Amino acid sequence: MAEAVAGGAILTGAAPHPRRMSLSEAAVARLLILLLVALLLGIIALPLASLLSKSVEDGSGAFVGLRNFATYFSTPTLVASLFNSVAVAALATAIVVPLAFTYAYALTRSRMRLKGLFYAAALLPVFAPSLLAAISLTYIFGNQGFLRGALFGNSIYGPIGIVIAEILYALPHALVINVAALALADGRLYEAAEALGTRPARVFRTVTLPGARYGLISSAFVVFTLVVTDFGIPKVIGGQFNVLATDAYKQVVGQQNFPMGAVVGIVLLAPAILAFLVERTVQRRQVALLSARAVPLEPKRRPLADSLLTVFCGLVAGTVIGTYGVAVWASFITYWPYNLTPTLANYDFERFEPSGWDPYWTSLKMAALTALLGTGLVFTGAYLIEKTKQFGAGRFFAQFLAMLPMAVPGLVIGLGYVFFFNAPSNPLNWLYGTLAILVINSVAHFYTVAHMTATTALKNLDGEFEAVSASLKIPFWVTFARVTVPISMPAILDIAVYLFVNGMTTVSAVIFLYGAETKLASVAIVHMDEAGTTSAAAAMASAIVLTAIGAKLAQLGLSRFVFARLQRWRVR
Amino acid sequence: MSTAPFLRVAGLTRRFGAFTALDGIDLEVQRGEFVCFLGPSGCGKTTLLRAIAGLDRHDEGAIWMAGRDVSRAPPAERDFGIVFQSYALFPNLTVSQNVGYGLVNLRMRRAARESRVRELLALVGMPEQGTKYPVKLSGGQQKRVALARALATSPSLLLLDEPLSALDAKVRVRLREEIRDLQRRLGVTTIMVTHDQEEALAMADRIVVMNRGAIEQVGTPSDIYQRPVTPFVADFIGAMTFLDGVVTGPQRVQAGSIVLDCAGERGFLPGARVKLGFRPEEIRVRGVQAQDANALSVRIDGLEFLGAYCRARLAPDHAGATPITADFSANLMRDLGMAPGQTILVALPPESIRLFPVEA
Repeated sequence: MAEAVAGGAILTGAAPHPRRMSLSEAAVARLLILLLVALLLGIIALPLASLLSKSVEDGSGAFVGLRNFATYFSTPTLVASLFNSVAVAALATAIVVPLAFTYAYALTRSRMRLKGLFYAAALLPVFAPSLLAAISLTYIFGNQGFLRGALFGNSIYGPIGIVIAEILYALPHALVINVAALALADGRLYEAAEALGTRPARVFRTVTLPGARYGLISSAFVVFTLVVTDFGIPKVIGGQFNVLATDAYKQVVGQQNFPMGAVVGIVLLAPAILAFLVERTVQRRQVALLSARAVPLEPKRRPLADSLLTVFCGLVAGTVIGTYGVAVWASFITYWPYNLTPTLANYDFERFEPSGWDPYWTSLKMAALTALLGTGLVFTGAYLIEKTKQFGAGRFFAQFLAMLPMAVPGLVIGLGYVFFFNAPSNPLNWLYGTLAILVINSVAHFYTVAHMTATTALKNLDGEFEAVSASLKIPFWVTFARVTVPISMPAILDIAVYLFVNGMTTVSAVIFLYGAETKLASVAIVHMDEAGTTSAAAAMASAIVLTAIGAKLAQLGLSRFVFARLQRWRVR
Repeated sequence: MSTAPFLRVAGLTRRFGAFTALDGIDLEVQRGEFVCFLGPSGCGKTTLLRAIAGLDRHDEGAIWMAGRDVSRAPPAERDFGIVFQSYALFPNLTVSQNVGYGLVNLRMRRAARESRVRELLALVGMPEQGTKYPVKLSGGQQKRVALARALATSPSLLLLDEPLSALDAKVRVRLREEIRDLQRRLGVTTIMVTHDQEEALAMADRIVVMNRGAIEQVGTPSDIYQRPVTPFVADFIGAMTFLDGVVTGPQRVQAGSIVLDCAGERGFLPGARVKLGFRPEEIRVRGVQAQDANALSVRIDGLEFLGAYCRARLAPDHAGATPITADFSANLMRDLGMAPGQTILVALPPESIRLFPVEA
């Protein structure tokens, strides 16, 4: 109504005078894009650049070319770690991808019951720090574990434990990709095949698999990268089995050998960049496969297949929930495995660490700030890139920078931040060890997924909103605030919760960056586990999981009840 | 041609919750016939086609194909080929692999399969294109490949679900002639679903006009056009002006203050309330005299230019009468120098007036 009145005023002659502002709308857009590029350069590109330059310097900062790399590849223990990492990651990938594909197939292509519940169960690991799976495994298969016998005398501390824990941790990531790939299907293709009298096996081979092929490839690369670069799990359960990620930590934190740490970081970057490139190519191809006239597939009832898939999903979901559940349960008992009396003593963190609950509150503050500032930056940035027309080169560069973190493992970003912000010559040097750097680092680390969510939401908006606004002489920032943000509220909330959950659970980047006053909960878990107080570590991890799940549930509730009202215009 | 129908559908009913998509459909299709299911969207024509194919299950009724009850048979056991509105070509297979897809299922030998595929591609006018992938083809070419794939196994029934929609106008007309020609040559019994009346009139041996899950009329194109049995059919196929009237005597009706002769319509008793209709192109202008049967003095209220002809809105002199729609050829317009506002004399030939019962 207000708009109608205002519009009426313009029509009836109270037209505004030609704007005599000091800055035109185009200039504002240009300035904002410039600001965005500068910001992204500072938080993403420069830290990475300093990682690269550190890798070709010696300890005193002199240029040494590729000598560090030569040293690296001629040090047997370091090369052994490289092989260990690749072997563990390859094995985990070979197991996770078929599991995730079958699980996703059940969720999308069967008439299995309780799909929502099964999906939620498999996503559980997303809400926990990766090392929680490892902590659980030590309870189950560790020296005091109740299923120790199942390992036939092998130790869980080492490759076996790493692979099992990584499988649990990587499963949801592979699952989400495969669900997306399998959800897109043209029902008519299946009908065409059926009408031609095709046997189910051939339909699967010629229609289902080709359609989902890109999801399989993409998830394989994503899982491989996740496992190679994960720090938490090998730290907790790796024992004497060294991998790249723990090497990087030892070189930088233990031996203060920054150049060698940088080299390990760059070695870690290689599979990640490869995965990123494959992912990009694959996504472009996937889109082209589905025509606009495709009709969504509605799975038919197949009693035998449906029950087999239900059993399979039950086993997988049961394993996930069971494993994580053990850690949560163990956090509430007195002394595993001798005294199983329920207790809250493990949550009295001061008994184990002088900092007590402080790391938890620091994490909460850090995650909340990351969500708040990150969402603002990401969404505004995506809007500038997607909807303004000025400064094409700047927008292109900003888009590139926004996509960059996807290719960079957290550990590598963390190393980059150490080298960049720890350098005495950097005027921002004072940031090192503050809460601010943890927030900035987390925003940068998780930028890409958030950016892609925002971009997708913005692409779904009518491209003519800005043109209409321009024709009504309304500057784009008014349209942004009055139309774009309210319409995109569900996506914005999604981004905020994504950043919050990851801020709560992240270990790999922040392990290099926290200071005495800003120790995070996830770092505290590492310390408590190192100190042998596993029950306290489990308790802290459980606190993180519950907080992260709480945030997700709050989002779902909010979308359901609050936004359902605010977004009434969506309902026809 | 044997007298037993190739396809028989009896009492076919399909409900989606409270909505009845098909309401007791009875239909027979002869061997070699080209039948069109025609109707507005949501009339049940696609549902009927999919029930015949076995892709959707029906709730009641039965389907016989070549004397065999296939009501519960899966699609693979029904012997038909189908072309979908979305081409549904397998994007990861080449044109040849698409066409040969059903032949592989029949475990045909490789050499025989390849020669059959070549034959089919030649048949649909696409030789030498076998190694391409569907994405590289135009919409019309993809339709041809889909057609070749459907025909590959020599099915005795060809089902076409809006095969020509989503193509541009010129391609549509050309492909429609080609499909008709191919169907005649192969003699394959064909059912096509369409919402385009022109397409149905041009291609079908018989048209099944459907509305709200029921069959309104079955007949040859000229039957349907010239002798529509319900106002719906009359209005859906071609255009028609409807007036409310009362039968006043044998072959006489009154609509408002206009009294009209009508020929050939029987079965209505004097006093019966009827709907009378006539087509725009049947209104005569040339050489009409005031004393002619059904001559009316009308004012030209509006003229809509449509290229080869004009659609005119005519207001009869009698106050309160419903406006009449008439089509005047460009030729006629020029000869008579017609312009809006003019008053002219027109006649409604008695044999062109159709009477329909008024629904209670």
